[in-house]
Parts: sequence; C-alpha cells; structure tokens
Amino acid sequence: MNVKEEMGRKEHYRRSVWPTAFHARTSELNILNEWHRWKDYTTADAYFDEQLEYAAIRNACAVFDLCPMTKHLITGPDALAFLNRLVTRDVAKIKPGKVGYTIWCDDNGQVIDDGTIFHLRGGVYRLCSQERQLDWLTRSAFGFDVTIVEDTHDVAALALQGPTSCAVLKAIGCAGAENLKPFDIGYFPFDGAELMVSRTGFTGDLGYELWIDPAHALALWDALFDKGKVHGIRPMGTHALEVARIEAGFIQAQVDFHPADQAIMLDRSRSPFELDLGRLVDFSKPCFNGRRALLEEKKRGSRYRFVRLDVEGNKPARSAYVYDKDKNVVGTVTSAEWSPSAKKNIAFASLQMPWGRPGDELWAEIYYQRELKWYKVMARCHVAEQPFWDPPRKRTTPAADF
Amino acid sequence: MTDRDRIVIVGAGHNGLACAAYLARAGREVVVLEAAPQVGGAAVTREFAKGFRVSGCSHLSYLLDPGIARELKLASHGLKWARTGLKTVALAQAGDHLVLRGGKVESGTVPEADRKALAEYHARMLRFARVVARQHNRKPPRLGGGGRSEMLGAALLGFDIRRLGREDMREFLRIAGINIYDVLEEQFDSPALKGALALDAVLGTNLGPRSNNSVLSLLHRLSGEAAGNDGLSIPEGGMGAISEALAAAARAAGATIRTSSPVRRITLEGDRVSGVELEGGEKVAAQTVVSNADPARTLLGLLGARHLETGFVHRIRHFRTKGMAAKLHLALEALPSFARLSAELVGERLVIAPDMTYLEHAFDAAKYGQCSPEPALEVTIPSLHDKSLAPAGKHVLSAVVLYAPFDPRASGDEARSELLDRALAALDRHAPGLRRQVTASELLLPADLEREFRISGGHWHHGELALDQFMMLRPVPGAAQYAMPVGGLFLCGAGCHPGGGVMGSAGRNAANAVLAMERAA
Repeated sequence: MNVKEEMGRKEHYRRSVWPTAFHARTSELNILNEWHRWKDYTTADAYFDEQLEYAAIRNACAVFDLCPMTKHLITGPDALAFLNRLVTRDVAKIKPGKVGYTIWCDDNGQVIDDGTIFHLRGGVYRLCSQERQLDWLTRSAFGFDVTIVEDTHDVAALALQGPTSCAVLKAIGCAGAENLKPFDIGYFPFDGAELMVSRTGFTGDLGYELWIDPAHALALWDALFDKGKVHGIRPMGTHALEVARIEAGFIQAQVDFHPADQAIMLDRSRSPFELDLGRLVDFSKPCFNGRRALLEEKKRGSRYRFVRLDVEGNKPARSAYVYDKDKNVVGTVTSAEWSPSAKKNIAFASLQMPWGRPGDELWAEIYYQRELKWYKVMARCHVAEQPFWDPPRKRTTPAADF
Repeated sequence: MTDRDRIVIVGAGHNGLACAAYLARAGREVVVLEAAPQVGGAAVTREFAKGFRVSGCSHLSYLLDPGIARELKLASHGLKWARTGLKTVALAQAGDHLVLRGGKVESGTVPEADRKALAEYHARMLRFARVVARQHNRKPPRLGGGGRSEMLGAALLGFDIRRLGREDMREFLRIAGINIYDVLEEQFDSPALKGALALDAVLGTNLGPRSNNSVLSLLHRLSGEAAGNDGLSIPEGGMGAISEALAAAARAAGATIRTSSPVRRITLEGDRVSGVELEGGEKVAAQTVVSNADPARTLLGLLGARHLETGFVHRIRHFRTKGMAAKLHLALEALPSFARLSAELVGERLVIAPDMTYLEHAFDAAKYGQCSPEPALEVTIPSLHDKSLAPAGKHVLSAVVLYAPFDPRASGDEARSELLDRALAALDRHAPGLRRQVTASELLLPADLEREFRISGGHWHHGELALDQFMMLRPVPGAAQYAMPVGGLFLCGAGCHPGGGVMGSAGRNAANAVLAMERAA
C-alpha cells in the first residue's frame, strides 16, 4: 500500500514518520545518513557536508526538500474575507499570481505562526505554515463560506535556491522563468503536468520554490540534477538552510518565538511588534484576530524588542543570555550562527524593553566546549539595523544566470 | 441631539425594558426595537385558546429585583400581585401530599428529624443565596488585570463569602459546586421531601439531581427570596404584567418602544456599531446598541462572526444554550379536582416529583435526546387567582414539564404530542378526569420556545447557569461586563450576569455599563 492510500484509510498511525515524495532520491544522496523528523516527515539534516551545502546556496544552487511544510488550500466565496480576518496584513493586496509573507495572531495579539499566502488563481489561495494550523483555520472559518483542505501530502515541493537557480530552471524547460519578480508565481508545463514556480525562499538569495503533483516529483528531481550539474547544483539539508535563513533575517516558529496557541506562560508568546514584524500589521482593516489587543499595545507599549545582533568574536552565541552594561539580564539569544558570507558572528535576540536600541551596550554570555572543557566568554553585541545578507540579485529582474 | 447619540435596544424582554428605563431616566434617547407584536419576550401573557390567556414561558415570579421594582415604581405603573408566597404541594400518588412553605412542612407525613432538618436547610440555603443575591447588581470583576475597581469587585465577593462565618463559609464552599442529590441525601430521609426540594434545583436547567452545579442553580433560584421577595408570586394579568409595567416605566422616562420591528442585523462602521437594520430594510442609526437577545443570536446572528475574533467566536459558540424544559398550557372547562387535595390548595404550586430517582430517570432519557417517559411537572392554575385569564367558571393550567431536550430527535409534532400525552397522563393520575376537562392544549418544546421567543436553544436562562458560565465567566470570559469587543455594542439579557429568571438586574447593570463607558470616553 502506498503512503497516500494508508493515509486515506486512516492508518497513518501505523507509521509515525513518513517519507516525502522525493525520498527515493534524497535517501540515495544522504551519504551521512543524518535525518530528523519534521512534522512527521523524514528530513535530511545534511547530505554530504553542511558547509559545502551552504556554499552551494550562496555560490551555485542548492535543492531543499520542502514537502513537509504544512500547506492548505483555501477556496470559496469568502476565501479573501476569511484570510483577511485571520492574518494581520491586507490580503486584498496580494493579487492573483503573487505570494505574501504574513503572520497570524490569537485574540490577544500574540503570534500563532508565520507563513506565506499564495494567491494561486483568482480567489484560490494556498496558505503555508510552519506549524500545523488546520484546527485554528477550521475554528476561524465559522461564519465564512470557505473550504479549507490541508493538502500537505498532495503537493510535492522543493526549494531551489542560489545564484544559478534561474539558469537551472530555464534548463529544465521553464522558459521565461527569469521574468518572475520576487513573490511572483509562474506556471510551466513539465513532464506532462503543471509545474508551479514561485520566486520565494528562506535563504534571502535569488531562489525559487517548485510545486508539483507528487506523481511527477522524481521526474522533477531528476531533471534538476541532470540539467543542474553544470550549474553546480547540490542537495541541502536543514543545517545549511539554518545558516542561510539567519543571515537573511528570517525568524522561525518554535525557535525565535513560541507559538501563542502552545504557550502556557503568559510572557512566553510575542506580538508582531515584539518580533519586529509591525510592518505586517494593517490597522486599516476593521477586524482581524488580535487587532484590538495590538491597538492597545501600540498605546501601552510593547514588552519586548526583537533584534539582530552582531556579536564580537567567532563563537556563536547560541542560547546566550544577553546583559546590559551593569550585568543585568535583559534578554536571550534565540538563534545564532557564524555567517560565512558576512564574515560575522550573528544572532537574533529577544530583549526586554527598552533594550535593543541601536548603540545600546549589550553583552552575550557565550559558553563553548573544547575537548570536553567548557569555556565562557562575554562578547560585546551591536544591534544591526539591516539583515546580514541582502544581495541585489535577490531582487533583480530579469534574474541573471551567473 | 443627533442620531449618533441615540441608544438602540434590540428586544423588549424584561431586561431590555429595564435597561431602556434606566438609560431614559439618565436622559438618553432610547429606542427599543421588538420583533414580537407585544413587549415582554419570555415574560409575556398571551392567548393560546379563545378566551384563555396564560404566561407564555416564565409563569412564576420569584427573582424580580425589589430595588428595580422600587426605583422604576413598577407598582404605580400598574404592577399588582394576584398572589404572593405560594406554597408548594408535592403531589403523592397515595394522597399523602406534602405541603411546604419556606422551611416548614405544613402537612404531610414526614419524620420529625426531617422537619427540623428542613428548617435548618432552608435557613442555611437562604444565607448562601444572599451571597449570590448580593452580586446581582454588581458588575462582575474582571479576572487577571484591570484596575482598582476590578480588585475591589473580587474582594467584595470574597468578603461576602467570608462574612458567612467559618462554619457556613466552609459549607458554602463545599456544596456550591456539587449536586443537590448528595446534599439532600446527607440531610433528609423522606423521599417525597427530597424529590420536591430537588425539583427546585433542576427546573429549567440541563441538570439532573445528581449533576454538579444543581446546588448553584438552586441558590440562584433562592436568591430572589434572599433579596426580599415573598417566595413565588403571580402578577395580576400574568407575567406579561411585569413587562407591561417595565415598558410603562421606560415610556414614562422618555423611551420609545417599537413592537413588530424585528432587527435583521447590527450595522458597523469600521470597528464600531453604527446602528441596526430592520427586517424591512429600515436603518436606525445609533451610537450604542444594547442587545437583549441571547449572546449567540446577538453576536453570531445579528452582528456576524466575521466581525469578531476567532477565540471569542469559539467561546460564544460553546456557551451552552440547550433548553431542557417544555411549557404546557391547558384550557380547562372546570377546575380539576385533585385526589385528597383540599380545594384551597389547588391554587398553590403543585409539583410532581415523587422522589429524586424519579427525577434522575426523567433526566437520563433527556441526556440521550429523548423526552422523559415519566416527566416531572411544576403546575399552577393561575386563573384561580386572576379571573381575567379564563372565561367565568373555566380555568387555565400552566406547567413546566421536565425534561424535553433541545434535540432534533425530540422535536417536531410526534415528540410534542407524545410528551403532551405523558404530561396529561401524569396529571390525570393525580386529578382523575382532568384529561376530559381539557378543551384546548398547547405544549411548547425548547425548539418551539426558541422559535417563538427567539432564544437560541430555547433555554430560559439564555444559557446554562453553571460555575463555568457564572458571574465573571458569563456568558464567556472577555464579555462578562456587558460591553462586547465591538465598540458601542452591549449585551443586557439573561445570557449576562446575573443570569436568567425575571429579575431585571442584567438590564440595569448593562445600563450602568453603558453610562460608565460614556463617562470614560
């Protein structure tokens, strides 16, 4: 019995972790045999060398298996009204054939999750989320004429990221792919099916995400690696992607913020303003989840500030406490990596107000181990106002070949 | 004054009318819009057969707030009592009827220990009910956050409980959340006495005697007596007379009341109400809309879920509103004669609840979507006290019939005629020949009450009275202080604190909330 039949028969419990549509290829390529469980799918941490995989993202192109990302198809006469009540930004501004990054909140204006809304065709939307959201979406659908289907398993998805990604796309037959602007969606014939290509990604680089019927998944993978060989294509695992997303300034649920619907302690969740995502909140909409609480927060002030930090030294400040100059704890680091492209020791941190203003004197308490002996350094941190990686090629249209 | 200063009240139930009267007295322009041709909502007197009138839903007054009656001068607006302080007669098949008045057994065979226990029980329950009654005219405190007034509100509640004294406080905290079955089993022997006492704890609720929260429901019921009412009373002209007096008070204060004016929806401008639109399409602009309709009808129906946030809508949807009581009306060609019951007691409140097991069995069927095979009844013959209700020499009988679930399996003509037959059989057993005296009858199942009185689920109290839907949790957390999340929208019905029963307190408290909000703005 194949995976889909098992799921259809509600026998999914017999198997707690599922292979993705690309597993036949990813399992061959994963010579390190390093895997983890991502929303109940088998996902590669790394395939052959995480540094080289990262290098492919920034210098050639790399393929990431995106199948486990939770996807929902949202249709019906009220699809737009439903989404506009659900998320903080104005979805009417996401025209057909465009993608928008968004967040959504609970009634208290605390972020439940972030994700992307794909306006696939007039009135037909796909919502991709980090966390499982069907319960919240179904709950939110009361009073709307809308149909919500979680179709995670029915769509095979890959991220193709890096400077040569557009050249590879053209090589597999996506003529005109270079004309897609950032956040555009294009449709191309492929293997007798329709390949959807969006100029989106989690790396802050030139890159695309590819969406196809799982029946054509392996053909797509094979075409990419066949035509991509001369363009330096490599598979990448989550470790390489983690470095790229921090350089690009993208936050992640469960890492940089705790989803509000899973938070038990009142101070564990964060509002959009407390995640530096205020630009995604559109108060001109008369009603959306969290609006009243967020208006109140605007008046009263936020509790936390989310910042990018440039940390002195070269030891990643993972999970470090952040101190002010008087050695008071003012927050914690949520993500940290050494950035090979920026040649900087970078981090995200959630700090108590008012800390995190440009110029504030902040220190990270970093522990690291060498031959089982622990060392500690106090590293000075500087608040960075821009992402650490933001190359023009990310935006340039038509995209160059490199 | 512009249209924008107007206050529209949706629904002329007794709470809507009380709210209108208080707001009009405070100098506001108030327009009450009622869907039905008459005022009163579920506190209404209506003709169900030619020449026979009866209180259509609620049929006894025991919770009307004495302060409101005084402040609004309901007596001078025409409210008179046909009878106050009704006794309770627990009908017994063998004819050994129990006659109860307050904490006293006036007649019937009851062990001496039970008589003593009853006096103590009644006095204690009244002391506890007084704690509940003291909260009636207060805005429930907001839990978690809020300023000094919220903390003061919570402190007052704590103080009221503490003031009971150590022994009573312990007992209050022990029993407030539990079931009446256990409490009565501890204190009494007589099954007939326990049956009659238990009935008061479950009337109109989704509870059997063994269900938790039944003690709370009893305390709510007794809180009227604790607040100074003389037990169970019948107004002259039926329960509609209370509504008429409230309407007269509201009109005298300057409110406009429009009947046969059903509201189709509450209109918004941005995130604030802008008024209402009537079924006919007419728009009435208003700065403030106060709804006497139940929470689900107001928020999910008239306003619409899309104008509210997901979590709030979820809570409102799960506010428990399924009614469990049917209402029986009989036109009788003569006064029925109850076996071994003296004529002067026929006009008292007659109950058929021979013991607690009988009640629990009646409830068991209803839990699974069936009307009780052997229903329990609370019966009054109001025409004995008020000749205007029936043609000379004839009578009307009004009864609450337990249990009839709000459930598709127990709705419709078949269920209705079946329950009518069972109720008549139960009556006929105690008053042989009563069936033949019936010239017209009407049985309203919860689905019928929902239709006629526009109450979601046909629940008397607009929603179950239980600890999780009580005070600061009523109807739901975040909406317990009458103001709804949408600017300018308020609730004033039984779905708010202090809940159901014809009391008027929710209406008055809502009026105060509206005025307090104006002052704060």
